[in-house]
Formats: sequence, structure tokens, C-alpha cells
Amino acid sequence: MIWQLDLLVLTLVVLCGIGAIMVRDLLGAAILFSAYSFLMCLLWSIMGAVDVAFTEASVGAGVSTVFFIAAVFHTTRRTKD
Amino acid sequence: MSDFFSHLVARYNYWIYITLMMIGLYAMIAKNNLVKKIIGMNIFQTAIILFYISIGAKKGATIPIISHGSGHEAHVVKAADYINPLPHVLMLTAIVVAVATLGVALALAVQVYRQYKTLEEDEILQKIRES
Repeated sequence: MIWQLDLLVLTLVVLCGIGAIMVRDLLGAAILFSAYSFLMCLLWSIMGAVDVAFTEASVGAGVSTVFFIAAVFHTTRRTKD
Repeated sequence: MSDFFSHLVARYNYWIYITLMMIGLYAMIAKNNLVKKIIGMNIFQTAIILFYISIGAKKGATIPIISHGSGHEAHVVKAADYINPLPHVLMLTAIVVAVATLGVALALAVQVYRQYKTLEEDEILQKIRES
């Protein structure tokens, strides 16, 4: 585990998390959440959990983004906060 | 005193996990939009999964796949050379459960939108009160 890389990716994860809940557009929030999931996958490969990283890359960054985009497509992009 | 601060800095990852968890909790409680609440729930779950995975990590250890596993005679496996795979297996299940929860929550949000034509919590409550 390289702690400089770990700290860098953790900072990016926190920034993506804050962005995903702050942006005033649900499609943008879905894309930022996808970036969050992919950075999380990177973090798990840094920690040596390769099986979890595989699952997160396919299920977290792939399927859940499709779910979010489908839900936004069926409802609305508008949000007040 | 400096000993105490070096202790705090050495566990920087736990502080960042707590920060992520609080971001998720804030989104679940304070956000008005249902999809934002669901994103907050997912951030909360990944923070907990991150905490569990980091428990299994070791300094100077390799990924938990036994080297010379087959085609060699029996030999001693040193557990200190491998990252602990038990939290990985548990959290693999947790990720799958998180995606199932996300699917159900988004399906419920779509049904709420069909019923009330909005995703904002205060507008939904107002329409429930009016009807």
C-alpha cells in the first residue's frame, strides 16, 4: 500500500462525494457518483482487495450508474438542492 | 502531545472514512430530493465497506493468492505474507446487497414520481396533505 497514492485517491473520493450531493442536476449527480464508484474501485486495488475491486468496477460503477440514468430518464433532471 | 498528534495523523484513513460517512448521513437527512437521498445512502454504505477492507490490509503483504499453490509438494504458508481475505469476502456480499437496495429504492422513487409528479420531499408531503 503506497500511502501517498492512497491519500490522493481518498481526497478525490471525498471531493466526488461532495460534488455528487451538491450539484443541482440529477444526471450530473449520477455521473459524479459513477466517478466516485470508480475511484473507490481504484482504492480497493491499492489496498490489495482485487476481488472487491472487480465487483465494484462491474457492479458499482457499471450497473448502479445504469440504474441511476434509467431512473433520471423515467423521472426528471430537475432538483431544488 | 506531539506523540498524540502523530497518532492522529498516522490514522488519516479512518478520519477520511468518518468524513465520507458524515457526508452520506447529511445527504440522507438534509437533502430534499429523493435521488439525492439515495446517493447519500450509497456513500454511507461505501464508507463502511471501505473501513472493513482497510482492517484487512497489512504492510509488506501481497494479495491473498497462494504462490506455488499447485504442482508443488506441501509447504508451509505464512499468513503474515498475505492480506487477510476474510473482510474482502464479507464486503463482496455487502456490495451486491448495496446494488439490490439501490435498485429497489430507485424503483420506489420512480413510482413516487408517477403518483405525485415530483421528486421533492416537501412537495410530496404537501400533495399528500391536500388530497
